[in-house]
Amino acid sequence: MTDNKKEFDRSWLVESSTFSRPVIREIQRAAREGIYDIRGFGAKRTIPTFDDLLFLGASMSRYPLEGYRETCETAVTLGTRFAKKPITISTPITIAGMSFGALSAQAKEALGRGASEVGTSTTTGDGGMTPEERGHSSLLVYQYLPSRYGMNPDDLRKADAIEVVVGQGAKPGGGGMLLGQKISDRVAQMRDLPKGIDQRSACRHPDWTGPDDLEIKVQELREITDWQTPVYIKVGATRTYFDVQLAVKAGADVVVVDGMQGGTAATQDVFIEHVGIPTLPATRMAVEALKDMGMHREVQLIVSGGIKSGADVAKALAMGADAVSIGTAALIAMGDNAPEFEDEYNELGTSAGYYDDYQDGRDPSGISTQDPELGARLDPDIAGRRVANYLRCLTLETQTLARAAGKSNVRNLEPEDMVALTVEAAAMAKIPLAGTDWVPGSGSRF
Amino acid sequence: MTSFDISKDGVSALNRSLHDDAVAGMIVEAQNPGGAHNVATGAMFDCTVNIHGHVGYYCAGMNQQATINVSGNAGPGLAENMMSGRVNVSGNASQYCGATSHGGLLVVRGDAAARCGISMKGSDIVVGGSIGHMSAFMAQSGRLVVCGDAGDALGDSIYEARIYLRGKASSLGTDCVEKEMRTEHKDELAELLEAADLDHDVASFRRLGSARQLYNFKIDNLSAY
Repeated sequence: MTDNKKEFDRSWLVESSTFSRPVIREIQRAAREGIYDIRGFGAKRTIPTFDDLLFLGASMSRYPLEGYRETCETAVTLGTRFAKKPITISTPITIAGMSFGALSAQAKEALGRGASEVGTSTTTGDGGMTPEERGHSSLLVYQYLPSRYGMNPDDLRKADAIEVVVGQGAKPGGGGMLLGQKISDRVAQMRDLPKGIDQRSACRHPDWTGPDDLEIKVQELREITDWQTPVYIKVGATRTYFDVQLAVKAGADVVVVDGMQGGTAATQDVFIEHVGIPTLPATRMAVEALKDMGMHREVQLIVSGGIKSGADVAKALAMGADAVSIGTAALIAMGDNAPEFEDEYNELGTSAGYYDDYQDGRDPSGISTQDPELGARLDPDIAGRRVANYLRCLTLETQTLARAAGKSNVRNLEPEDMVALTVEAAAMAKIPLAGTDWVPGSGSRF
Repeated sequence: MTSFDISKDGVSALNRSLHDDAVAGMIVEAQNPGGAHNVATGAMFDCTVNIHGHVGYYCAGMNQQATINVSGNAGPGLAENMMSGRVNVSGNASQYCGATSHGGLLVVRGDAAARCGISMKGSDIVVGGSIGHMSAFMAQSGRLVVCGDAGDALGDSIYEARIYLRGKASSLGTDCVEKEMRTEHKDELAELLEAADLDHDVASFRRLGSARQLYNFKIDNLSAY
């Protein structure tokens, strides 16, 4: 029968770039369900990134350092401005805030184990601090969020640093939503809310409304911790120049800038893809803001959002950041989107490499779930080792590039060590287009 | 007894003393606060702190166990995130008093401004006068007693907290409704009024709480979001 059936010739079909198949699918899904798409992960659209920069490396006019022989320091001290007890991380790569609730307890423990193994910090998230996370994290940053879920002064004092979250790159200006299916008994208890209901996280803090108030709030946190603990302020990348300056004015020891590629556990797709600016220009704007205030290096800068390789780390540092944070990449290192779960991803209507439904709690890898059976799939010891291995690789890659540029400390990398591959990246990073001395837009502040 | 002159000693000296277990059981007098911010924040032990004068932002913030008495008015964020203990204010309180408070009792004898009890998580708040708009917004648990009136959008997006209102509300917020005042509610209200040393007939109060219609997203509720 098939022998007689004429095969349909698709070769002449032209797909609309405006109404592509994914767009058509989304329109029809929205028409069926009447609600926007909520998902996890981060922005998937193509944007200028650190990949659009290149290092020049040493040659006649620069003197490289010998790999495996000559030291290239990676340690960074954070919180030197006001805190009596700044923290020192052995590698300039930290683990970003991700909540227990969004992630399983096993995943949180694994992140703590991995970070501790290499001497860096991990970070709590909405929902508070778990004993597993504190117990396995030698350096733990405690996020102070609008929802204040699980927030208490005992945990605040147990923290090695406090991060006041004003916004995050995936959704600057937006709050959060932990859908009811991820609200287990334990998550509900930690957040003082009934099991199974959607738990909303407010977009604004409940007890301050602007940078002047925030300055007093930061002082309150310092008073409660007797001025011991570094205070970070985290902002989503938008009006970064001004936000960073206001954060400094508010008294931050460390400013964290999260670009639009930053991950999320549950946010509207329209928010993820259409709000905020990429990490690349945000990094440059943040450094300019600090330099213009004479606070570069006195207030440390951490950037995050799409960091995935040692090249990204090195480029962020070369642009003037003191450290970076990783989130999505750490989950992937633990096994998120691994091909070994392909069959189960298919059952969920997706595929390894595409999975982004962190919000629905059915993650086959046991990472973004509160299902006890799924969570049990993730061995915190093994996953922690993977995180540590990945962090070591990133560090080695960063050192490799720094040595090639002749730097004995990764933080000695500088913009002059790089060129841009594209006009867009040159304009955003204010780094010359390769082979030219052209910086588009140079002379203008923004 | 120990005493601090905040205008000379500064706020930090007082606060450090409240983080030292030697303060347990003591009475601490704080003079001349002059509207200073962060007075008596982060108290950790069972002691009594008497503050003589007006205070600024975040007085008694994150209090644990201590009884903190303010003879005067309080600025924004009074007793924010209080865990336990008791805070009494003889005058009025500014915005966000008792915000995100998890436990303990906050008594404001005068009025409280906007967002009183916002996102409260288990504390008891008793206001002798009236409260401003958006009070008890996203209040998760605990009890808010208002002996006067309430501003607009009282209890908007409220979860499991209970509100007892004696006067009128300009409006109720989304998903906040009047509920039956059963015996157990009258009993707990009487206890709260007695604890706050306020004398009112419980029959003059209404109980408000969540209609629980926004607990899970439904597209048919879109107009409420």
